Amino acid sequence: MDPKQARRKRHLVRAVVETAAAPVLALLLLLAWQVGAPLAGLSAFILPTPWQILSRIAADHQLIAVHAGVTLFETVAGFLIAAVAGVGTALMIFYSRIFERAIYPLLVALQTIPKVALAPLLVLYFGYGFAPKLFLAFLLAFFPIVIATVVGLEGLDKAMVNLVRSMGASEWQTFFKIRLPAALPSLFGGLKVGISLAVIGAVIGEYVAAEMGLGYLQLQASAQFDTTLSFAAMVVIAALGVVTFWGLEVLEKRAVFQREAAR
Amino acid sequence: MKDPTPATARLHGAAVAIETVTKSYELRDGGDLLALDRCDLSITPGAFVAIVGPSGCGKSTLLSLVAGLARPSTGRILIDGEEVRRPHAKVGVVFQTDLLLYWRTVMDNILLPVEIKGWRREDYLPRAERLLEQVGLAGFAGKYPSELSGGMRQRTAICRALVQEPGLLLMDEPFGALDALTREQMISDLQAMWLSVGNTVLFITHSIEEAVFLADRVLVMSPRPGRIDLDLTVSIERPRSWRSRTDQAFIDHMSQIRGIFEARGVLSKE
Repeated sequence: MDPKQARRKRHLVRAVVETAAAPVLALLLLLAWQVGAPLAGLSAFILPTPWQILSRIAADHQLIAVHAGVTLFETVAGFLIAAVAGVGTALMIFYSRIFERAIYPLLVALQTIPKVALAPLLVLYFGYGFAPKLFLAFLLAFFPIVIATVVGLEGLDKAMVNLVRSMGASEWQTFFKIRLPAALPSLFGGLKVGISLAVIGAVIGEYVAAEMGLGYLQLQASAQFDTTLSFAAMVVIAALGVVTFWGLEVLEKRAVFQREAAR
Repeated sequence: MKDPTPATARLHGAAVAIETVTKSYELRDGGDLLALDRCDLSITPGAFVAIVGPSGCGKSTLLSLVAGLARPSTGRILIDGEEVRRPHAKVGVVFQTDLLLYWRTVMDNILLPVEIKGWRREDYLPRAERLLEQVGLAGFAGKYPSELSGGMRQRTAICRALVQEPGLLLMDEPFGALDALTREQMISDLQAMWLSVGNTVLFITHSIEEAVFLADRVLVMSPRPGRIDLDLTVSIERPRSWRSRTDQAFIDHMSQIRGIFEARGVLSKE
């Protein structure tokens, strides 16, 4: 074999190994779990096997889908409110020094409060419906979106602003032609952190007081010592996080210019 | 820029008058920093004027005042008899770095000023294409800045400044960030471009050689507060080439400017 061919082969092997690494590792772990749990003498009551969990999801898919729909709604709605309010707040922080000085300490203080501790109070204020869950999802997603947007806006080269101003651009044009596009990569970073936190917010809300949702389902299952269903709910919560995150990535690919792709 | 006589129409050069302009900045401790001290300058239409000075002498400040990005503390600046209060529609600026928007193609970058001024894109597309051709970037219209070399990027930035048919082109150390070889080529290409376009150019540099090679008139600025120390007319025949650099006139001009810097302590006499 000539060296060129050998090199090509080495590259191919490497690419296959790199792509396969994550799924293979996941499968190995699942397999260890599947085989290990019964070997260790753990019953489904203590630790169900992955196969049992999957079978349960398949068997109870209608029930799970209904609850998942509720959690998804709470997550997305809370996230959307956080996105709008977060970007709005970031704009005010960016454009007003007084607002920045006034709001930043409050924001940080708010961020430091453990939101789980707020949940019972929110139920007291907002009742058992969607409101406290939306609010928690919103609360968790808000902060990273604000910070990432401010960082993105402030990262713009001042010379860039001078450039468009020398062309006679208004602040409005400056914002839409350069500030916003330049801030988008960072903004999307904040949105992606935000949406995964929104899932947690919605589920925490359901833990405290709810009649619907995956958090509620998981809690009910635990209360009835139905460990397999509890695990099934957890798996679906995780899947929800992955799917919403992925949805944002698709949006990001369309909205944000891919620096690497053009190279 | 291989062909100095392309179809780009010659422009009307703008006249610039700088009348006793002073610029001072307020410092944090309450004091004032005098960046420019009573600058007087009048530039005839179509002239290529270079300003040389050490770092921090206020030459960039002067340029930003002419560009309308800042207002003078005292005095006034006129472009074609009209006082500059905001960025002038027919002034193009080239900065030290190319400042291309990485998410826009070369063509969309060039047409940015047209877009911002609310002019019709189609009206300027042919001109943009001719400019690209003239700087040797024909066929690069659809590329992204990340696909270009440093020199190509700065050429794109020059096209962007020229697309709006500026009577006055302001250049703030435009080749400062380029490697020496690219810089050499850019300097002679800029001369060819200017000879064909014919607009007024105010060119800021800290390279004495660059200034003498390019300009009809070299203004030497003193260290801060910036004042015009020397107003030198360079009458070497155009187009100038690298051979012009061995001309006695070229060497004399260079050492005259050097002399000023030595007297001011910017350069040592060694």
